[in-house]
Amino acid sequence: MTIRTVRPDRGQHFHPRMHCLKKLEATVVEMQDPKTGVKGSEQKLNVTTIPHVIAGNDIIAWITNKMKVTQEEAGVFGTMLVAYGYVYPLQNHKKLVMCNDGSLYRFQTPYFWPKQNWFAEDSDYAIYLTKRNIRKKGMLEAYEQAHYNHLNEWLNHQWDFIVMQATEQYKAGKDRQKPDRVVLDCQERAYWIVNRPPRRTHSALDSSPERLINPKAEQKITFDQYRRMNIFYQQAIMRSKVKSSVSLGALVKFITTYKNHDPFLAPCLPSNPWQTDHDAYWTLNMRRVEVPTKMRVERWSFSLFELLTDLRGRDDFKIFLKKEFSGENLAFWEAAEELKWGASSSMSAKAETIFKTFLAPGAPRWINIDGRTMGLTVKGLDHPHRYVLEAAQTHVFMLMKKDTFFRYLKSPTYKDIQKKALNPEAHNFSPAQLEQNAQNRNPGIDPIILWQQDEEEKAKAAAASAPVDVKAMMSKIDRKK
Amino acid sequence: MRSPLSPEMATQEVPLNETLAHLKTESETLKLKLEEERAKLHDVELHQVAEKVEGLGQFVMKTRRTLKGHGNKVLCMDWCKDKRRIVSSSQDGKVIVWDAFTTNKEHAVTMPCTWVMACAYAPSGCAVACGGLDNKCSVYPLSLDKNENLAAKKKSVAMHTNYLSACSFTNSDMQILTSSGDGTCALWDVESGQLLQSFHGHAADVLCLDLAPSETGNTFVSGGCDKKANVWDMRSGQCIQSFETHESDINSVRYYPSGDAFASGSDDATCRLYDLRADREVAIYSKESIIFGVSSVDFSLSGRLLFGGYNDYTINVWDVLKGTRVSILFGHENRVSTLRVSPDGTAFCTGSWDHTLRVWILMC
Repeated sequence: MTIRTVRPDRGQHFHPRMHCLKKLEATVVEMQDPKTGVKGSEQKLNVTTIPHVIAGNDIIAWITNKMKVTQEEAGVFGTMLVAYGYVYPLQNHKKLVMCNDGSLYRFQTPYFWPKQNWFAEDSDYAIYLTKRNIRKKGMLEAYEQAHYNHLNEWLNHQWDFIVMQATEQYKAGKDRQKPDRVVLDCQERAYWIVNRPPRRTHSALDSSPERLINPKAEQKITFDQYRRMNIFYQQAIMRSKVKSSVSLGALVKFITTYKNHDPFLAPCLPSNPWQTDHDAYWTLNMRRVEVPTKMRVERWSFSLFELLTDLRGRDDFKIFLKKEFSGENLAFWEAAEELKWGASSSMSAKAETIFKTFLAPGAPRWINIDGRTMGLTVKGLDHPHRYVLEAAQTHVFMLMKKDTFFRYLKSPTYKDIQKKALNPEAHNFSPAQLEQNAQNRNPGIDPIILWQQDEEEKAKAAAASAPVDVKAMMSKIDRKK
Repeated sequence: MRSPLSPEMATQEVPLNETLAHLKTESETLKLKLEEERAKLHDVELHQVAEKVEGLGQFVMKTRRTLKGHGNKVLCMDWCKDKRRIVSSSQDGKVIVWDAFTTNKEHAVTMPCTWVMACAYAPSGCAVACGGLDNKCSVYPLSLDKNENLAAKKKSVAMHTNYLSACSFTNSDMQILTSSGDGTCALWDVESGQLLQSFHGHAADVLCLDLAPSETGNTFVSGGCDKKANVWDMRSGQCIQSFETHESDINSVRYYPSGDAFASGSDDATCRLYDLRADREVAIYSKESIIFGVSSVDFSLSGRLLFGGYNDYTINVWDVLKGTRVSILFGHENRVSTLRVSPDGTAFCTGSWDHTLRVWILMC
């Protein structure tokens, strides 16, 4: 594993935005209000007395009351206060969570609060560790020692400066009163736990890689960019829009249509595999089942898109089309999809096959599209690109959507499969059976094997059927390359 | 964009500045006009339309699987089309393919970089794509032989000039769509590694993308640190719609199952729903008590529920139509970084900085 330890400068220097800081700070200030805030007390720690100590359950109670949330949510908010470093735990200082009991916490001094534009630099950390080393050798924990060694190596050029700063701070510290020193040490330690968390500590400042572009910088928009923006606005203004009542109505309609098919709204039959550890639901709904389930067949009727997306549905549609001797539209649509989503290298070969099979005068599976589209398409095929069939494909799809699809839904083919479709009974496992299921979870079939089987089926279909199964040929061209 | 200086240009300097100011004013006027046009068609609010819809009952959702095996923060995950396998990637460079149903690890790859922020499962189930701080997106074909070293067959596909934030296969294994910290998105041919189309328009890092589930399948939406969510035409590379209502970085975008709308999750602690046909924002999912950023969002199968993974370690479940929160889920011990609903909607999986992944369902 070659993980780079020396940080290359990728030009990313900006801390991800922390939008929550403003609200967090406001809450923390309120919490410290002498009248309405959280009540603190003094606590004895060894021989020193620490002032303004607060208990976890008091903090959580205050949050519950103030923000009108449940205790659990208040606990989450409290944990975030600790994880961001606004509050630090006195006992168990490496666990940045708020416990809903008598655990003790203190408010962190504003100097150490997280800020958007100023974050803990490695050189600061090096100074801190060096200072502790000066005070007492061997005081660093293992993870801190590892950090120290690493920093010593790659900040070596600055090391004299770091030692000097550390010595200054150490001397300044000695001049302070003992109780003040203890408190400051606590605060500083808490700050570094949050900014350089040890392995098992979850800190909110442990952030993702820096961003490339400064989110706060004033965007200097150039002449060209303005021109582009204006063109965009003009096009957006011209574009046809739909009334809210219509489009929102459509969203509601979609939800109502799919309501019973959503496993989070209605139980799936026979049972949700994740709940009962029995994968019957998946086995019954596989790609190539002989008899599909009633729910699946119902879903095919929702839209042509659903019917075609479910390959089992597409198979059924093909059976209907064969009876009607009008399979060429779907075959063309499939071939166009293969072209659009296929590998670049296979495009010219595919375009040629499509032309010969569907578009050329007298072609074996000639599709009936209007003259203009045909003309444009054939011309485009001189210099094929992946969207060359877009117009023709849309035309054919619309034809199927507005006419063929509805005839399919009324056809004996569809009514037949509706009748045959399975309606599995809900599972009713006893606790003992559930235990059994959990022990014997079916590993299923590896998708790679399923894909190989699929390819074999396609090849067989291609060999067997006449006219040529264009889809299979297309994907074969793809695979060969 | 400065043209090379020439004697004529020197005298034209003043008119150039005037034109820039002129363009700026024109831009602002046009922006206002667009808002006016959008407002003209705004005849009803979502919650009004939703009044006739039945309310949702109580939800009890639980974790049914906890996948432990990553040694560091889980950054991204994706489902396989077989509805049970997933691929996940983490900060330490490890990419793991699991059978989430049995919790077995099936494949593991170690990337030569840290912070693998993006991973995706190929539609065929035979490969995975991933990338991150290496600025690339690489495709690893999976093998039935468990002892085979997957890194040997690795194919480098995408090359950006900064970190890879998200990647997705299109309708086949042959093309990948990527988004990057360099502010662009790009479409690539997997086999040749050739750039097919690039998408410019974001003014800052692009953090997320999602492909439209429509019959035409030619558009996708992206969200970035410039607070904008842009809808792009894959054929022309043009931005066809743009929405700028969030107050901070957009971390996640996801299409509504019908393809006519999309949801976004942002650092400003809100999730928002945008209607593409009406060309406007139609709902904001937020609460006074929720102040921490949303890292990822996804819809349930019907689109009625919106799941959001938050930086305060929780998951909030929203009623998309009524705008209310129906459930809050606890369990992770660090921020939820990624959330996806399974292809058949039976469960959703979350990945977290606490090194684990969890699969959640509705308990019946």
